[in-house]
Amino acid sequence: MTTPPPMSLLAELTHRCPLQCPYCSNPLRLDPRATELDTATWCRVMDEAATMGVLQVHFSGGEPMARSDLPDLVRHAAGVGLYSNLITSGVLLNPASLAALADAGLDHIQLSFQDALPDPGDRVANMTGAHAKKLEAARLIVAEGIPLTLNFVVHRQNAERVPAMLLLAEQLGARRVEIAHTQYYGWGLLNRDALLPDRAQLALTEQAVAEARTRLAGRMTIDFVTPDYYAEEPKPCMGGWGQRFMNVSPTGRVLPCHAAESIPNVEFPSVAETSLADIWENAPLFTMFRGTDWMPEPCRSCSAQTQDWGGCRCQALALAGNAGAADPVCHKAPDHGIVERAIAARPETPPAFRYRRYGSA
Amino acid sequence: MTGQTVPALMTEDSVPRFARGTRLQYDRVRETWFIQAPERAFMADAIAVEVLQLVDGTRTLAAVIDTLAEKFDAPRKVITQDVLALVNDLAGKQVLVHA
Repeated sequence: MTTPPPMSLLAELTHRCPLQCPYCSNPLRLDPRATELDTATWCRVMDEAATMGVLQVHFSGGEPMARSDLPDLVRHAAGVGLYSNLITSGVLLNPASLAALADAGLDHIQLSFQDALPDPGDRVANMTGAHAKKLEAARLIVAEGIPLTLNFVVHRQNAERVPAMLLLAEQLGARRVEIAHTQYYGWGLLNRDALLPDRAQLALTEQAVAEARTRLAGRMTIDFVTPDYYAEEPKPCMGGWGQRFMNVSPTGRVLPCHAAESIPNVEFPSVAETSLADIWENAPLFTMFRGTDWMPEPCRSCSAQTQDWGGCRCQALALAGNAGAADPVCHKAPDHGIVERAIAARPETPPAFRYRRYGSA
Repeated sequence: MTGQTVPALMTEDSVPRFARGTRLQYDRVRETWFIQAPERAFMADAIAVEVLQLVDGTRTLAAVIDTLAEKFDAPRKVITQDVLALVNDLAGKQVLVHA
């Protein structure tokens, strides 16, 4: 039986980044520059991905603009018919670097913001002047005409400003905006007490998004990502393990999601040794949680099993100590008490951030 | 405010084009047409493919409708309904804009 091909390739070009956001999706152990794939290998990876049926490539990081070969990679993606998306902090973006990307055929840019206001934004990024650079980046992108998505990661220290974030996105001329509550694994889990909102804060963010969706219908698309600690059911992480996404790490490891390097007792396949198609089809890392055969109870007999695919494997590992367990955020999961206790133990005052940087985890 | 205004409804007189960052693309592996858009790709059904292949930023929708009515030997009224429903749906999704 042949597995349907992936839709998207997440190309994590580097873990280097000028920002140090405490909820970064990168693994706690960051890959150093000397181990990064070279340009030719990334081009081969894109050739293989396009041949398999991948439709979109997302250039991510770290900060992908820290790679000087980014325009070459974008041009290569366009040449093999891949829709290209740049996921950037914007702090390295200037008229010259943007023009090079536009000329190479970049289709879309997702620009991250840490807040609607400069001071708290710079504090989360741990970089003075980052917010101002992002505002300038947004203006340059809109002036160039490349469609722009703004991404805001939401947590207890900025949740009250979600209405201001939506207004900022509208004012800057974004076509899409993502209001994404922090997900709690890796750096986010390390900083959970500093980031996890309470129920009342969550409700305010949901209300702000609902109002903006009505107001901006047909003009701006708003995606909302809930903090799954407060969800009844788990999220269908990555659209199902090994079903829609392939993630290639800076060193060339091929993963079902960006956090999968935390999974123990399994080999991580590499683009240096095996073809993408072979990895997708046969690598144990991809087959181990694909579909429903691996599922324990209560997932095995749950009617939602092909909607949420058992939730997030990395979260099951991080919280329940077993990547093959039901996601503890599910109210039916035997380990759900872990999530309830984490919410109950949330301190009144948020502790200091542990910033994401080499060697700080 | 920059950028967004509520798009005017597309009529037979309108000339649509793909917004930058969106396109119609044939997927040889799945043998299906997709509309590629920012961070999503949606499958295009048979009617959408016929219409969107005629969207070039110069043709009016009236011309698109005439072409399809002739090609499929179908009543113009029926084709008109299908075409206007489709393009206005895609305009709402920011895939098509007025040229």
